[in-house]
Amino acid sequence: MNRIGNQTIKFNNPPTILETASIVGPKESNGPLAKYFDKCLEDEFWGENSWEKAESKMIKEASNLVISKSNLPIDDINFCLAGDLLNQCISSSFGLREINIPFFGIFGACSTFAESLCLGSILVESNAANNVLCSVSSHFCSAEKQFRFPLELGNQRPQSAQWTVTGSGCAILSKTGQGPYITHITPGKIIDMGIKDSNNMGAAMAPAALDTLITHFKDTGRNPSYYDGIFTGDLGYVGKEILKELALSKGYNINSNYNDCGVLIFDKDSQDTHSGGSGCACAATVFSGYLFNQLKEKKYKKILLIATGALTNSTTAQQGESIPGIAHAVSIEI
Amino acid sequence: MNSSPLDTKQDYENYVNSKSPNSPILKNCFNAFWVGGLICTIGQLISSYCQYRGLDQNMSNTIVSIILIFITAFLTSINLFNKIGKFAGAGSLVPITGFANSIVSPAMEYKSEGYVMGVGGKMFTVAGPVLVFGISASILVGILYLIFNTQSIIIM
Amino acid sequence: MEFFQTLDYMMLLKAFVVGGLICIVGQILIDKTKLTSARILVIFVTTGVILGGLGIYKYLVDFAGSGATVPLTGFGNALAKGAIEGVKQYGFIGAFTGGITAAAGGIAAAVFFGYIAALIAKPKMKKQ
Repeated sequence: MNRIGNQTIKFNNPPTILETASIVGPKESNGPLAKYFDKCLEDEFWGENSWEKAESKMIKEASNLVISKSNLPIDDINFCLAGDLLNQCISSSFGLREINIPFFGIFGACSTFAESLCLGSILVESNAANNVLCSVSSHFCSAEKQFRFPLELGNQRPQSAQWTVTGSGCAILSKTGQGPYITHITPGKIIDMGIKDSNNMGAAMAPAALDTLITHFKDTGRNPSYYDGIFTGDLGYVGKEILKELALSKGYNINSNYNDCGVLIFDKDSQDTHSGGSGCACAATVFSGYLFNQLKEKKYKKILLIATGALTNSTTAQQGESIPGIAHAVSIEI
Repeated sequence: MNSSPLDTKQDYENYVNSKSPNSPILKNCFNAFWVGGLICTIGQLISSYCQYRGLDQNMSNTIVSIILIFITAFLTSINLFNKIGKFAGAGSLVPITGFANSIVSPAMEYKSEGYVMGVGGKMFTVAGPVLVFGISASILVGILYLIFNTQSIIIM
Repeated sequence: MEFFQTLDYMMLLKAFVVGGLICIVGQILIDKTKLTSARILVIFVTTGVILGGLGIYKYLVDFAGSGATVPLTGFGNALAKGAIEGVKQYGFIGAFTGGITAAAGGIAAAVFFGYIAALIAKPKMKKQ
């Protein structure tokens, strides 16, 4: 493991993504990627009496599922890195309180999945761990309750607003395995371009994604055509267009092989999700379900996953603060 | 390229505004007009009936409010009002129905935090400011009336 | 029914048009500014109190009936009217009791029905 360029880490014995698992809510189950998810829920409560409990149950069950799919005994999983959007990351800590694996709670807003992959692969590469579990979750209802308005309030969502993905995505990183491998990671800087509109998160996060993307190319000496696919986490339609244009203006043409997980997960026209999906689970479920499948089937051989996060909360939003963005890039190759 | 949208925060904000989709304002206004108008017409029907039965205008208006609030609470509790609100926008927000919905919806939302501090405590998280500003302003109006002993503008 | 023979249909039409126009003002505020719905309600109720206090709003009420009283500006107008009548009747203390007395029916109904709704119903996700 060594650092190349300014902020990219290159792995000499790249960790393998051994297995992934995804559980999604009812709306995602009606979306275009439904067939790639391991479990589709029919109701957003999943038999619990609150959304917070339902979200905890999702991350718990998805974590158990990925462990059983990997066939690893639980004692062989050395650490767990998990996070979510709720205050103090309670979904992950409550959901995983009975899992009996040493636990790191992490927060990177919607970029948490990439953050956990970055930190997890460092743990594996440095011999601190043989296997690491990375889990994240988000829930539309609990996120609306915490960040926006009560669900039954009859208001209109602006066209630039995004829809928090209900679900949980998990991955196990391992020292040994047949790939896909995490070969490089580019942890991102916090970038704040002064956007204050919490109904336009894609625009707030796009500059951070751009910074990480360009830094990744500069550090590794690669160019956009090196990858079969470049996927951002949850820029949505608005942020996707902004990133494409800004990247082109900086001399990187990503028009042909770039897409956004928030754009992929919903059908904009029939599902009325406006600018697309968002939330920790957006990048996590699309990667764990769809992208991992495509890598395994060798339809994609090299992808760059850039999960983006809006580092805001409801208090700072009310105090008129702008929304800082962050983006972490993970290069995954087979 | 000489200037980039990322040069200053102001440049970026302008750039983002040009890239963000606008709301379909004509369609929204049309829906707001007929739904809002319909709600007021229902109110007028109830009010006319009350006056037909011999109630005075103030009492009739109060009964209109109570009935519309009851209907809103009912529609909110069967998870229908948010769909009306999404369709009609200000058409269901601006009439008394919007006020009622903004009290009923947090009450339902915070049920999971208990019936005292959840339902009772959070009931006014959205509509609280309406009462604070409305009541405070009305007290000021009363005091001003006391001082000047007139409503400052009398037309005619 | 005899009631429908006495009904003033012109009044219904005026209520429809005026109520609808007030809602259009709200819709333009929603679409052209980034105000949240709570702020828009505050703007309307405060506007209603001011117009009611100035004695202007009652002309709209006379013209459009429920078209003026059902929108939240009408709620504000009722508060202002109540406060003034309170002052007329009880002097200084009336400024404090009059407004809420006039609006008591609506506030009490919202609290009561809100609590009942929370007792019997659960929020559900918007399916579409």
